[in-house]
Amino acid sequence: MQHAIEIRGVSKAYGNVRALADIDLDIPEGEFFALLGPNGAGKTTLISILAGLARADAGRLKVMGHDVATDYRGARRSLGVVPQELVFDPFFTVRETLQFQSGYFGLGRNDAWIDEVMARLDLTNRADFNMRALSGGMKRRVLVAQALVHKPPVIILDEPTAGVDVELRQGLWQFIRQLNGDGHTIVLTTHYLDEAEALCSRVGMLKQGKLVALDSTHNLLKGYSGAQLRLRLAHGVLPEPLMPLVAAVPTNGEYLLALRDYAEVETVLGVLRKNGLVVVFMELEQPDLEEVFVEIMRRD
Amino acid sequence: MLKSAPMAGFSTLFRKEITRFWKVSFQTILAPVLTALLYLLIFSHVLEQHVQVYPGVRYTAFLVPGLAMMSLLQNSFANSSSSLIQSKITGNIIFVLLPPLSHFEFFSAYVLASAVRGVVVGFGVFAITSIFVPVPVQSPLWVLLFALLGSGLLGTLGIVAGIWADKFDQLAAFQNFIIIPLTFLSGVFYSIHSLPTFWQEVSHFNPFFYMIDGFRYGFFGVSDVSPRLSVAIVGGCLLALSFATLSLLKRGYKLRN
Repeated sequence: MQHAIEIRGVSKAYGNVRALADIDLDIPEGEFFALLGPNGAGKTTLISILAGLARADAGRLKVMGHDVATDYRGARRSLGVVPQELVFDPFFTVRETLQFQSGYFGLGRNDAWIDEVMARLDLTNRADFNMRALSGGMKRRVLVAQALVHKPPVIILDEPTAGVDVELRQGLWQFIRQLNGDGHTIVLTTHYLDEAEALCSRVGMLKQGKLVALDSTHNLLKGYSGAQLRLRLAHGVLPEPLMPLVAAVPTNGEYLLALRDYAEVETVLGVLRKNGLVVVFMELEQPDLEEVFVEIMRRD
Repeated sequence: MLKSAPMAGFSTLFRKEITRFWKVSFQTILAPVLTALLYLLIFSHVLEQHVQVYPGVRYTAFLVPGLAMMSLLQNSFANSSSSLIQSKITGNIIFVLLPPLSHFEFFSAYVLASAVRGVVVGFGVFAITSIFVPVPVQSPLWVLLFALLGSGLLGTLGIVAGIWADKFDQLAAFQNFIIIPLTFLSGVFYSIHSLPTFWQEVSHFNPFFYMIDGFRYGFFGVSDVSPRLSVAIVGGCLLALSFATLSLLKRGYKLRN
């Protein structure tokens, strides 16, 4: 199967600062992929190189099989990018902005699709507003519309929900999910890891220009952090065999036990039963992507 | 992915650049026309009775083509340079860097839009000043040729300045210390034959002199140097600068890094 994005041995430095170091990454068609990392990890640099806004010092990148350097027309036609910064051209209305953007991609008569994109992003009643007159959230929607105006098979969203209200965020994700359902490949960078966890099937993590983790969201959650079991006993203290699992000093009579996996719950309950102890409160806390992220960033 | 038409990217960028300056036409067209008219009124009032540059040609009439060409050159430069620096500083330059536009399409669209603005302003200056002083047009083709070459050259120079400058201050320096002195010292207000020999020689190294002189030839049939020499020099400068600018755009100098 052809990869939507293929990255081989990509490196980039700005003077003495290494931005990317020998990155290899394949993103299959139709995937919803999260590219995560702290500020300055190299996410935007990698996106910029893919989009032709910057050039790699070494390596090769392809979008839908089109090399971004030697077949840049094919690569750019296949890619829609929603930039991180809230940029706009103050001379034009929303409709003009989208018509020009469509024209740059060689699509002169594209009004039907432009109308549809505006409708799906709730921009129709702002179509003839100047860009300066829009709120930040509305400007963000126009950026999304600009990225979609040529119906690209691959869409990159660089922190699209930064500073965006809850309503827009939910509407935006619903639309992006729909696009992913229609077969578009989505690459998302975000600092809201709950969004990445909920939406993305696979995650790559960058740190100081290196890809330090690449796996399915499920495997990352399973592999990097076990569950935590919070429990309170009716009387007595935790039996000796369970003491190595204690993750935190008991507070209010509650113990927090760190488990390697869910199967260990049964072991814990078995030991408690054997010792005649009664559980009055129990809660199983699942690890989230944020914990995994923090752990990976600390480790590597 | 939708099917695209060839060269549609170029025509869209060209149309967008035209729309951009047209939306602020008070600033981009009417203001320079008014400025040129003020130059004409003041200089003609002060010098009309004292200066005759060409035999049988009133000083005010002599001034009109120079002012029209000066306005044309300055506005051609201003169009591409201001559009690019604004786009770079506000960040919306990415909207033309993300699509599959070639460096040649990018170059042609900015230069042609600059030429259109330059020619519109130049024509506006000529039209409004003609109300006050009749100016003959002996060879319209020479007028048109120099208008196109001059606006193309300055539009190209505007691309270089717009790409090179990182802030408005640097662009203003480019405009105030290079473009304006070269246009003012090119014979807009005088014939170089009225200068001392040394300054006449210096003027021959100023490409703006050939643009003004050749343009004026189209009106009066008289010039300081042969219009053919002027075409060769201005055309040569345009070709050389275009080649250099295309090379910068192809490398992505200050745009794609």
